[in-house]
Amino acid sequence: MAAYAFQRLLLMIPTFIGITLVGFLIMRLAPGDPAELRAAGGLAGAAGAGISVDKQASIDVAVAQWRQQYGLDRPLHIQYVIWLKNLITLDFGESFKDNQSVWTKIADRVPITINLNILSILVVYLVAIPLGVYSATQRNTFGDQVTTVVAFILFAVPTVWAATMALVFICGGDFLYLFPPGGLSSVDYDPSWPWWKKLQNQSWHLFLPVVLLSYGGFAGLSRYMRASMLEVLGQDYVQVARAKGLAERLVIMKHVMRNSLIPLVTMLASLLPALIGGSVIIETIFSIPGMGQLGYESVRARDYPTVMALYSVSAVLTLVGILISDLLLSVVDPRIAFGRRQ
Amino acid sequence: MNDSRCELSSAPAAVSTPRTATADVGLWAGVWKDFRRNRIALAGYYVVLLLIFTAVFADFLANDKPLYLSYKGNSYFPVLRSYLVDLKLRSRPAELLNIDYKKLEGVAAVFPPIPYRQTDVDLFAPLEPPSARHWLGTDRLGRDVMAGMIHGSRISLSIGFVAVGIAVVIGVILGALAGYFGSWIDIVVSRLFEIMLSIPTFFLLITVAAIFRPSIFMTMAIIGLTSWVGIARFTRSEFLRIRNLDYVTAAISIGVSSRKIMFRHILPNALAPVIVSVVLGIAGAILVESSLSFLGIGVPAELVTWGSILNEASGATFAWWLAVFPGFAIFITVLAYYLVGEGLREVLDPRLRGLR
Repeated sequence: MAAYAFQRLLLMIPTFIGITLVGFLIMRLAPGDPAELRAAGGLAGAAGAGISVDKQASIDVAVAQWRQQYGLDRPLHIQYVIWLKNLITLDFGESFKDNQSVWTKIADRVPITINLNILSILVVYLVAIPLGVYSATQRNTFGDQVTTVVAFILFAVPTVWAATMALVFICGGDFLYLFPPGGLSSVDYDPSWPWWKKLQNQSWHLFLPVVLLSYGGFAGLSRYMRASMLEVLGQDYVQVARAKGLAERLVIMKHVMRNSLIPLVTMLASLLPALIGGSVIIETIFSIPGMGQLGYESVRARDYPTVMALYSVSAVLTLVGILISDLLLSVVDPRIAFGRRQ
Repeated sequence: MNDSRCELSSAPAAVSTPRTATADVGLWAGVWKDFRRNRIALAGYYVVLLLIFTAVFADFLANDKPLYLSYKGNSYFPVLRSYLVDLKLRSRPAELLNIDYKKLEGVAAVFPPIPYRQTDVDLFAPLEPPSARHWLGTDRLGRDVMAGMIHGSRISLSIGFVAVGIAVVIGVILGALAGYFGSWIDIVVSRLFEIMLSIPTFFLLITVAAIFRPSIFMTMAIIGLTSWVGIARFTRSEFLRIRNLDYVTAAISIGVSSRKIMFRHILPNALAPVIVSVVLGIAGAILVESSLSFLGIGVPAELVTWGSILNEASGATFAWWLAVFPGFAIFITVLAYYLVGEGLREVLDPRLRGLR
């Protein structure tokens, strides 16, 4: 298992280099190099209208200094190595907006988004697996058809629409007030509350964001689960299990489900980028102070270093997710980790 | 019948079926015949046609100029005329310059069903609920929502088609190279797939959008550049399969060039499954565009899109009409493309038979 994990980790290196290379190239494709961008960003921040000649000269000097300091006068591949080193040591530079270190800006926002995504992944699988099993075992009945249609429609509902509709109709506008319109906890949230009250308050706030973030995922995944179940159900060993008199419940739970889960675990890897993207929308609409909201604000403020840092962090998170799904896969399907060597 | 189609999509098109005269037309005529039988997919197809119609004739459906005007004894067709003016073929009639058509008296004028443009600001009627005057209400600047939605269909349609067009070119070429040549090219391209799939695309999009000036062409390009992987994977696996068929071996043995084999002989037969992912890709591109324009990223602020109308609802939560209608338009569009895609998949992909 450890050897397998190590092997997967090694295989991830080229992917990591590829993703960071894309980020690096985008940064370099931008008009002007980071030093010029920084100068322009700093000026925009200071609302520097009407630059005089000697001011322009001092800007040029500063730009040249930054260039040297950040190694921008070196060849491109060395710049990439420097950039990569900064990435690994979490040195993302300073924000154009307020000159704070980017890392301190994002450090307390990353966990919020991670928690939101983990909750959503749990919801996705906890809903998709039973739905898929139900659909497959009740194949072509009325219940299966209803599930199919509902899942198909849900899959087509755009997150932005669902979220806006929720905000307008059930979050205390002119209509119902079932859920709070935003934030992670109430304004009068008190850390000295008993744990159940804290939990109640927070889950009340998180309910809508998590549901909105995950409905597309479980609608899609329940279809995969159904297809995968049907495929396994048609195999000979299932017939053998039934023939030897095993209860149908046991056949489904013990023999069919475990094998149908294999493709579903690999779906985790493609679910993650979608979830991280979705959290930009959800966090912005429900003002949740996570990575997504910061990303949105930084884009509006043209704060490139923060945006780049968020891109890198989300890329790393996705890679970690892929690694976890690989490891889970070897748990669900032991052949993957040990089979080749036997 | 079913069996003959199975053969058709896995064997070269030169195998003709009794159904049709020429094989090339035969596949698509057969596809249409089977597709038509699926009522729901057909409904999706008609919705797509309706959307294309709306986008093409947007100027005739929602415009502040009349379609026909009889003024001082002359007949005018101001909407048509404005096309000629745009093309610099004609100039605007001098007597109609700086005229408010709606305030002309004693003239016969035929207005489009929605007598507003999406850009007509009416500061005296902001955030009006739906009424006989404004069918779907107005937004914060008093712009007619219906007009905005009609003209917004142009943007979502063109983004869908152009972005997927870019994705098809990249995906088909890379997939074809990987599937046909195999060896190290395949390894490199497959690695590239993996990288593209692990990239958090939406974050990449907003990163690029932050760096470049917002423009609709930029948005099309980025969506296209980040969404080719699905198409490339399908193309690759089809090429892998077809490459080993006898007719390709025959073509190689008589010395046909690789390029010709790939694009003249293999590609037409590999197209069927790719088309499904193209249709689904259009839906995906429209979804991404609506999310981006909802956030106001990547598209110019003055452009009225379905996403930008929807966004106004989050700032004025009592204005339910700003949330319901544009969002429904995005939903119906995406659903229609999904239905067409699924319908095509059932017809084109024999592997799915028996699963449903």
